Amino acid sequence: MSILEGQGVTKYFGGLAAVSNVDFHVDQGEIVGLIGPNGAGKTTLFGLISAAVVPNSGTIRFKGENITSLKPHQICKKGLARTFQSVKVFSDMSVLNNVTLGAHFGRLQRVSEARATDEAARLLEFVGLSGRATIPAKDLTLVNQKLLEVARALATKPEVLLLDEIMAGLNSTEITQAMELVSKIRAQGITIFMIEHVMKAIMSVCDRIMVLDHGKKIAEGTPQEVATSKTVVEVYLGE
Amino acid sequence: MNWRSLALKSFLLPGVVLLIVLIIMAALPSFGSKYSIIFLSTIFMYIVLTTGWVMFSGPTRQISLATAVFFGIGIYVAAILGMHLPLVVMVLVSGLISSVMALMVGGLTLRLKGVYFTIFTFGLLELIKNLINWYEVTFTGTRGRFVVVVNNNTIYLYMLAITGLTLLTAFLIRRSKYGLALQSIGEQEEAAAHIGINVTVMKVSIFAISAFFMWAAGAVMATRWTYIDPFMAFNMNYSFTPVLMAIFGGVGQLGGVVIGAIIFAYLEQILITQYPYYYMLLFGLVMVISMLFLPNGLAGMVQKWRARTVGGGNVHS
Repeated sequence: MSILEGQGVTKYFGGLAAVSNVDFHVDQGEIVGLIGPNGAGKTTLFGLISAAVVPNSGTIRFKGENITSLKPHQICKKGLARTFQSVKVFSDMSVLNNVTLGAHFGRLQRVSEARATDEAARLLEFVGLSGRATIPAKDLTLVNQKLLEVARALATKPEVLLLDEIMAGLNSTEITQAMELVSKIRAQGITIFMIEHVMKAIMSVCDRIMVLDHGKKIAEGTPQEVATSKTVVEVYLGE
Repeated sequence: MNWRSLALKSFLLPGVVLLIVLIIMAALPSFGSKYSIIFLSTIFMYIVLTTGWVMFSGPTRQISLATAVFFGIGIYVAAILGMHLPLVVMVLVSGLISSVMALMVGGLTLRLKGVYFTIFTFGLLELIKNLINWYEVTFTGTRGRFVVVVNNNTIYLYMLAITGLTLLTAFLIRRSKYGLALQSIGEQEEAAAHIGINVTVMKVSIFAISAFFMWAAGAVMATRWTYIDPFMAFNMNYSFTPVLMAIFGGVGQLGGVVIGAIIFAYLEQILITQYPYYYMLLFGLVMVISMLFLPNGLAGMVQKWRARTVGGGNVHS
């Protein structure tokens, strides 16, 4: 059964259909990639799933339950967390406190101060930021701020994690590390839905890939199928 | 220095000092002059208003000018109920009414962002002031009301208690996960919502809590004035002064906020008595200078100075 699925999801911005009648599904334990040219509606789709954006029509189900009309904090408490394409860390707060907040207000209820801090420290180590716990988040590099967002999202104890371009701007060593991180997260039983432009990463790490163009789903399949699909190649390279 | 003495220094010592100060303060009416009692009550009022303002506007970074609204309604509740109810009950009732109203106002307006919210709160002040004025003139036929008089020592002790409660509440919230959550809302509201924080409930609650103390202060201070009218009760200075005091002292730390309120209240007192004609001029000048040279307030300046003399590495000790 799909842990996350959408039917006929549509969102207009003015007269423009940012996401148009998109069906999608993510199965338990999968890593699903979402690709497409700039402005294809990928981030909008993530916004719709996490309730940052309200759809004009369509339904989104999480573990069989209709979550379309819920608020962002309710979605998070159900077990669906996300990171942001344009990083949104709490910049004046310490790196550790950024993550501690996730543990306090996420899916777990009434977490003690000590346990939340322990959990946050453990997650910072998990993403490789343990040496920077006490500095303000704004002093991290952009790459590390993205890792911090991953740790913060993980602290809410999600079942599904939406990763929005965590590899943008990384060098090839960092990309390899980020790919390992994604696999490590999946190994913990967390389902991943990720937007990524780094083809090398998305091709090797994903089980399945979905392609959006102009708000419409134009292809879906294994990395191999997508890479050889004529429509996809046309969209990316022109005819 | 071992850990124990460090803990003693950082927690126990300030606690003991605070307790002694509190006891002396509470005993003051038995030996202090009448002037000092009245003056200290005024300082307490400013501490409550400033701390109340910082409770909400500090972490959420939404500048509220509704302080005078809540304070003024406290004054009016005192004028209306003061004749019938004992002071304690009256203060509590006024606080509750205020919180309910803050919940309604907050629920309606906290969706507004930035300057729109600020302008709205300012508009609210004018609206309520003129509404009450209209009501009084149309239905009671008089503009003002008399307030039952309470002696100065009682006012002083009430204000001391309210100040203590306000500071304690602010301190506890700041240290809790809710304080951290409020800060996260001020920094990145969207991200805060996506890690499970109910942003609206959080903002409206802290708005109501801060209003509770402003109202209580208004209800007690009203008894000192014997006569009130809408233009006294809803004076916009009660909205602006706490903002200035907080900025002057430094919004980042509770100590800074308190010091800011004390120094400003003292300054006001001196200027208004010594130079009544130049009072506003000098007041404005002090404000401009402190804005220019103390961007993080007094608390920020002390921190900077400390960092420089002790050395960057030991700032946290």
